[in-house]
Amino acid sequence: MNGFFDIPSDLQSSYLGLISTHMQEALVPVLVGLLLALPIGLLCVRVNWIYPPVLWITTVLYAIPSIAFFVVLIDYTGLSKTTVMIPLTLYSLVVLVPAVVDGVRSVPEETNAAAAAMGIGSLRRYLQVQLPIAVPAIMAGLRVATASSISLVSVGSLIGNQGALGNLLTTAMLYHRPLLAVNSVVTTAVLAVLVDAVLVLLRRVLTPWQPASGRKAARRTSTIAGAARTPESVS
Amino acid sequence: MNVLNFIQSFFSDGSHWHGYDGIPQRVWEHLQYTAGALAIAAAVGLPIGLVTGHTGRGGNALAFVSAGARALPTFGLLVLMFVWLGLGIVPVMIPLVVLAVPPILITTYEAIRTLDPSPVDAARGMGMPEAKVLFQVEVPAALPLILSGLRSAAIQIVSTATIAAYVSLGGVGRYILDGLYQRNYEKVVGGAALTAILALLVLVLFWAIARVAVSPGVRRRRTV
Repeated sequence: MNGFFDIPSDLQSSYLGLISTHMQEALVPVLVGLLLALPIGLLCVRVNWIYPPVLWITTVLYAIPSIAFFVVLIDYTGLSKTTVMIPLTLYSLVVLVPAVVDGVRSVPEETNAAAAAMGIGSLRRYLQVQLPIAVPAIMAGLRVATASSISLVSVGSLIGNQGALGNLLTTAMLYHRPLLAVNSVVTTAVLAVLVDAVLVLLRRVLTPWQPASGRKAARRTSTIAGAARTPESVS
Repeated sequence: MNVLNFIQSFFSDGSHWHGYDGIPQRVWEHLQYTAGALAIAAAVGLPIGLVTGHTGRGGNALAFVSAGARALPTFGLLVLMFVWLGLGIVPVMIPLVVLAVPPILITTYEAIRTLDPSPVDAARGMGMPEAKVLFQVEVPAALPLILSGLRSAAIQIVSTATIAAYVSLGGVGRYILDGLYQRNYEKVVGGAALTAILALLVLVLFWAIARVAVSPGVRRRRTV
């Protein structure tokens, strides 16, 4: 019980076990959130007036503290991973829906017109033309959502041993062993950085037409993504 | 339905409205944590974001720093600081500031950097000194986006400040945690509702600030 990676037995898991639980509880919600955000984003782009109310709903959901969400959900889903993952899924929407919408709106009008002229139907146009162009914006959203998801899983420890690496924190308080808290924070941060790096790599693989390292070259595209909120594109 | 009943009975219970554990006291504490953390985060994030956005340099370093800050787990940082520094407001402020700096920093930087360059060049061509270009041309034009960064930071702080209760401080998180340990769901739901209401008030506040502070010219252009 003196090694840095030795885990108190009441957590009923090894160090690696905690890591894999943590990744599962953090990443599954972001994936589900992305799967939800794609159709919601499509709807928001198509039916313009839906977007503001959707933004309001996701913002209000986001404002509900995770711990309160967990406790209320215990009634329905029990003390399980699902209880932690449902709120995280909803939180990810507040970042992912605007990312999808801004990304798709940043697709140049000529590109859409060209796709229409080639006889590409609207669903195929969304999946094969607009989404690939929106990848940088969506990936930026995914990075934020993943980082916050990995950080929030820890709060699950407050409802009793459901916080993976966060459980080390409650144990650190209980036994007054700061080292366990250090372990938890450092491991979580390292995981977040690693996943972030994977996402950056993934974006490079998915957008081979963008220069790998040029922030100067990326300036144009991210300018467009940022400008999606300005009037020119809101027509 | 269940949840609505809890909310109703929480707010209609007279004993929740006064005293040391009363709603006004807890909301006041919560607002103090929020305002404090937001002020510190803005004091850190705004100047750096403005300068880097204006000069266009240091974007990579900024992205790196904010990715690093995002990677730090808020709750973990809270517990760690509490174990290290002991009881007090500082262990709560540190994680909240770390949480709030990246959105402020990145949005401010992007807001200045992605401005339409022609008015900025025009100002410079008319002989405006750089400081004036920044504060009289770039900041007013970028204000809507800068405010949106501050707003999302503020909402994150309001929602996250509830965990201050875990390290024995106040705020509306008190109701959520006490309710959890007392198996009193009415309290939990009431605390959650209070947090959501506070977040909505923050949204309204920022909307009002934007109405007053954003110049009519910029606003008209944005709402067309």
